[in-house]
Amino acid sequence: MKTSRRNFIQQTALFTSVFTLGFDWFESKGAAMAIANEPGRFNAFLSIDSTGKIRLYSPNPEIGQGIKTAFPVVVAEELDVDWKHVEVLQANLDTQNFERQVTGGSGALKHSWERLRKAGATVRQMMMQAAANQWKVDVSTCKTSQGFVLGPAGQKASYGSLAAEAAKIPVPSTVTYKDRKDYKIIGTRVRGVDNQAIVTGKPVFGIDIRKPDMVFAQIVRPPFGATLKSFSADDVKKMPGIIDVVSFKNKVAIVGTSTYEIMQARQNLTCSYGSEALLESNETHQAWFDAGMKSDKATVQRKDGDFANAISEAAKVIEATYECPFISHSPMEPMNFFADVKPGSVLLAGPTQVPQPAQKAVATLLGVPENTIQVELSKMGGGFGRRLSNDFALEAAELSSIIKKPVLVMWTREDDMGGGTYRPAVRYHFKAGIDAKGNITAFYLRGVGLNAGNSTRQDNFPVGAIDHVLIESVDQKSAVTTGPWRAPITNFLGFAEQAFLDEVAEAAGKDPIQLRLDLLARVKSNPVGKITYEPDRFAEVIRQVAEKSGWKKKPGVHQGFSVYYSHFSYVAQVAEVQVKNGKPQVTQVTAVTDCGEVVNLSGAENQVKGAIIDGMGHAMFAKLNIQAGVTSPTNFNAYRMIRGNEVPKIDAYFVDNGISPTGLGEPALPPTGGSIANAIYAATKKRFYKQPFY
Amino acid sequence: MAITLTINRKKVSLDIDSNTPLLWALRDHVGLLGTKFGCGIAQCGACTVWVNGEPMRSCVLPISAVGNAQITTIEGLDPAGKHPIQEAWDELDVAQCGYCQAGQIMTAAALLKKNPHPSKQEIVDGMAGNICRCGTYHRIQEAVALASKKVKK
Ligand code: FES
Ligand code: FES
Repeated sequence: MKTSRRNFIQQTALFTSVFTLGFDWFESKGAAMAIANEPGRFNAFLSIDSTGKIRLYSPNPEIGQGIKTAFPVVVAEELDVDWKHVEVLQANLDTQNFERQVTGGSGALKHSWERLRKAGATVRQMMMQAAANQWKVDVSTCKTSQGFVLGPAGQKASYGSLAAEAAKIPVPSTVTYKDRKDYKIIGTRVRGVDNQAIVTGKPVFGIDIRKPDMVFAQIVRPPFGATLKSFSADDVKKMPGIIDVVSFKNKVAIVGTSTYEIMQARQNLTCSYGSEALLESNETHQAWFDAGMKSDKATVQRKDGDFANAISEAAKVIEATYECPFISHSPMEPMNFFADVKPGSVLLAGPTQVPQPAQKAVATLLGVPENTIQVELSKMGGGFGRRLSNDFALEAAELSSIIKKPVLVMWTREDDMGGGTYRPAVRYHFKAGIDAKGNITAFYLRGVGLNAGNSTRQDNFPVGAIDHVLIESVDQKSAVTTGPWRAPITNFLGFAEQAFLDEVAEAAGKDPIQLRLDLLARVKSNPVGKITYEPDRFAEVIRQVAEKSGWKKKPGVHQGFSVYYSHFSYVAQVAEVQVKNGKPQVTQVTAVTDCGEVVNLSGAENQVKGAIIDGMGHAMFAKLNIQAGVTSPTNFNAYRMIRGNEVPKIDAYFVDNGISPTGLGEPALPPTGGSIANAIYAATKKRFYKQPFY
Repeated sequence: MAITLTINRKKVSLDIDSNTPLLWALRDHVGLLGTKFGCGIAQCGACTVWVNGEPMRSCVLPISAVGNAQITTIEGLDPAGKHPIQEAWDELDVAQCGYCQAGQIMTAAALLKKNPHPSKQEIVDGMAGNICRCGTYHRIQEAVALASKKVKK
């Protein structure tokens, strides 16, 4: 075993009975592989000790998406135990026993569903076998219920009493899963496992990390594209509570004994910056968008048929351009990270969505072996993609290695909002050709993004339903750092496309819902090229949302429709707008989601409602300006976040189809800007082409 | 010169700059980490504590201005989590990331203290000053209403 097990041993040392067995779930051969010296630990996900204590380990970082509750729910269901008797623990980074300790891409449940079920069902099977051996009966005559094995003659034994014997039983190579009609926990409303800690103010977040001899630091970062020429720290060093001022990689770090003292001292720091090239501004970005739209060097992402010919033959052509600015993730907990770099060992602790890459990157940065770096996961006060970039962890590690002290690097809100890895700014141009009957015959999209990579999703609907398609992208490099932002690319592309299809439907004289259903029928009977979505599941969320929202059946209410497929889930929405005092007001959003099996209904509703509010708030209000490499605004006084008195009523429904679960942290966001913009259009005849709308 | 504060009914003596905002005094010097930093400029409400029972934004409140007032933080509301607001927050599973919730809870509990049975609109207005980036607004409003039912008429 190459990784450190300090933490697991610490946790498991408390167990009263000592036996050792475990296996690596991720070996498909199902061979028993000992988890060394971990008494009670049946496998990576669970342990049961002889007192009956059941501990479930959640490997993935908890960011507010509810994974720390949802994962154990699946294990507990197949293990067949009473949820009330389960204790859930956050596992730290453990590359030996867990495969994907990642929060991002709404991918955790999709990835782990089978593994979690197997983890629970296998141990349930072993418990039954242990009981059958003891009672000298055939295992097929045994059942389980709520943490007990029940025998044919009324025998009853608790998992705890069987744990030691069960641990000696060879791990079964095949197990049977519960029938979903017998689910007792999956699909119910399960409260978050950290609720008590949250409501009583327990220190569970990265910002709350306190370690012996720890110091605090804040870091002053340069404008995008600039280099630090010099800085004067003499006045800073004289300030109370300041320990040191050091510089690395164009940054200046102020190290001190308390946050407020550092904030005060920081005001006395003067830095002078230079730059090789002209620093970027909003105008630079506009010029780049213009050039990208005209460029003959676009990358063709998809080509079906002959778009140029088809558009020239179309009875009607509809064209529109959409644009979004850079925006900040602005999780409520600003970036922060703890590092303690010592000779021979490194401790990293804090909020990251991707602990393993943090470990790797810090190993490379410091030139130390990965297995000398331990990563402790804290709860995260949101992330929305920002905590996928480990810049904050690298900074903390580098600073600790320079000052040779354990340090918590704390970002102020201004640092966080001004410090980059934004949602990329993108401009889209759409063109559609329709024939005399109102069918779409040609479809074109060019995306020009600033550090966006491929800003299109070339295989997504309506592609697959249209004979002649051309999708292109242009990526313009910028000094402004970007990264994934909740539902990367689709957070704005979804809006642009759904707003554009609304225009197309109007031009074609079709109901927007019927337009989609017609296209999906075409995909089903005769798809064009490769498709990534299932037309039946797509059509089902559309039909359900039409019914649940009372589409076109509410006099005086203006409705807008949208539907989007992302992260393997489908979400259809109808937004409603009523005009009050001459102003359009979004009063309701109805959403129907197909994310397969809903594991925790409470968490699922939270994710859908949260994503809709997030999508709406950012579509309406969010914008960063860049002037000479410096971002504004930098705090919530001018960067407007949606508030509780601005949110519409939201009804969230889920398709009940029992398909293996898919992502839910993101999929409800991409359709939101579209449904709202289309509803506002229905009310006001004004279309939005730019975010933010206001 | 040391300043003495009364925090969650306990006297605490602090020998720090009297301009230090209460938020940072609590977090860095008293060791009460439940009160959160979100913006530092009184915009988000994450740092809400009570001063003599009134909800205040501790990020902009220097300790010199607190005097003998009683300070109550999330840790002092009910450590057992049995305040009607805390119970309602758990029952309705309000939190997503949870980071804003200490401030939401202190705001909500103060609202109910003043007005034990607020109307729906009074709840919406009373909670509008607190940002929740995860968008838990509906459940916040529902939980205040639920807690209000738990408060005896
Ligand atoms: S941190 Fe005080 S209001 Fe935001
Ligand atoms: S629960 Fe995450 S900010 Fe409110």
